[in-house]
Amino acid sequence: MQYAILIYANEGFFERLPQDEQDTAMDHHRQLQAEHNAKGTLGAVAKLMDTSAAMTVRKRGESVLVLDGPFAETKEQLLGLYIIECASMDDAIEQAKKLPQGVAAYEIRPVGWGGGTIAETGGAG
Amino acid sequence: MAEQSRKRAGPAETVSSDSEIAAHFAVARPRVLAALTRQFSDLDAAEEAYQEACVRAMERWAADGVPRDPTGWMIMTGRNATIDRFRRDRRIVLTDAVPDNPANEDDVETALVDRIDMSELRDDVLRLMFMCCHPELDLKDQLALALKVIGGFSVDKIARAFVVKPKAMEQRITRAKKKAASVAERLDTPSLQERSARLDAVCAMAYLLFNEGYSASGGDQHIRTELCDEAIRLARLLLALFPSQAEVMGLLALCLFQHSRRRARLDADGSLITLEEQDRSLWNRQEIAEGQVLIEKALRHGRPGPYQIQAAIAAVHCVAETPDGTDWGEIERLYAALEQVQPTPVVSLNRAVALAKVKDAGAGLIYLEGVSEALSGYLYFHSTRASLLEEAGDLDRAVAAYERALELDPTEQEAAHIQQRIARCRSSEKKSGPM
Repeated sequence: MQYAILIYANEGFFERLPQDEQDTAMDHHRQLQAEHNAKGTLGAVAKLMDTSAAMTVRKRGESVLVLDGPFAETKEQLLGLYIIECASMDDAIEQAKKLPQGVAAYEIRPVGWGGGTIAETGGAG
Repeated sequence: MAEQSRKRAGPAETVSSDSEIAAHFAVARPRVLAALTRQFSDLDAAEEAYQEACVRAMERWAADGVPRDPTGWMIMTGRNATIDRFRRDRRIVLTDAVPDNPANEDDVETALVDRIDMSELRDDVLRLMFMCCHPELDLKDQLALALKVIGGFSVDKIARAFVVKPKAMEQRITRAKKKAASVAERLDTPSLQERSARLDAVCAMAYLLFNEGYSASGGDQHIRTELCDEAIRLARLLLALFPSQAEVMGLLALCLFQHSRRRARLDADGSLITLEEQDRSLWNRQEIAEGQVLIEKALRHGRPGPYQIQAAIAAVHCVAETPDGTDWGEIERLYAALEQVQPTPVVSLNRAVALAKVKDAGAGLIYLEGVSEALSGYLYFHSTRASLLEEAGDLDRAVAAYERALELDPTEQEAAHIQQRIARCRSSEKKSGPM
């Protein structure tokens, strides 16, 4: 099954760390990516731009509004994500633990369907 | 409680390193200081309270981990610790309702943080930044104050950036702070017009700070990256507070585009390299991409202003893979639009350059005539005119214009460049001149 690992932290925090600590943290990312690339289990990886680049589309009344900014004003922001093929939730937790701790928190969300699975399941139902 | 279960398990994982805590302080600083300035109507008291919050955070966070909202935690802790101290010192009587037992910081975190009114905090941060642009302060003092108060730069670091002695910088900042204090005392919620005027002033200050770093005016360094970085942080902060202000998006985009070229702008000796001669593979593609998104978002508002248009011009340069691939037609149209909203001679000078690229040097020269009086003492007017004259083959007048430029206090590097051009004009004159 695929698992999404969502990366949350205070925006602007990472850039404020000393360069060597940033490099060490990025090494963890590169190792995880290399590992899953080699196994063919890396579904997707993305670093998102600052939430100030975000826009939100939502219906209000009869009209669809396009608003500046992220969907939710939160204390910690979604900064990036992985989608990885994992054997189990335990396995997914182990993968998240390989990422740099202390600089971000990781939310693990099993993927319901996505990528090619839509054809197999007949869609969201 | 969900909050409880989120606390990281095991002592090894709860320990936060000093540099992590320092990074959280740096992110939180402007908002915390702004809220505390509002609380105490006094910048010095707010800075003391901020320091107090840092001291307590160092103790608590190192052991218990960083709270989920470091900013809220620091505002509440700084505020309560200072009120405690005020009470002990009997320096002040506060009528504001404050919990009797502010020492219990877990409650501080969970219960009080949510009471921080975000729209109020937004005006607080704007007020703190606006304080630094007090009209009675000269520009350098505004920037120095902003770096000290909002950026948390040390006096030594600011002194280095502006190439002055630390002692002198200390005195300037102290004087500037006194003048600026009158704004801190005005705790009114600004009217729409006031808020908009404050935002304009603060954007202008952030852009000045950026330019101070982009083309450093003193010392032997042409770029002061730390000033550009801080200006970009200010612009990001403003945009986080005012997410639908198109000009703030434009400002951030403009700074990102200009900053994206920093590694290509200097050669091994630290001399500046012109846009045409830069190695474009050194431009930072991520910053360019972010700038493009921001300018696209901004233009959706349909209210183009000077920052947005300048950002759009910078974007045209940034997306060109080679100098020849630059869409000068688009740049010329954008300068025409900029002339409408910001009719300054320097904008017209730039439009003339674009016209020369789109048509020919002659067209540029004709357009330049309109600003020759206004810019008669401006180095770049004469160097631009000289270069267009040279291109048009009018070498005598080109040399005269280069020589005029030399009189207008060019940097060493610029002077050397102009001398080269003069030599080139003279040698091609000889070649093509009568035998």
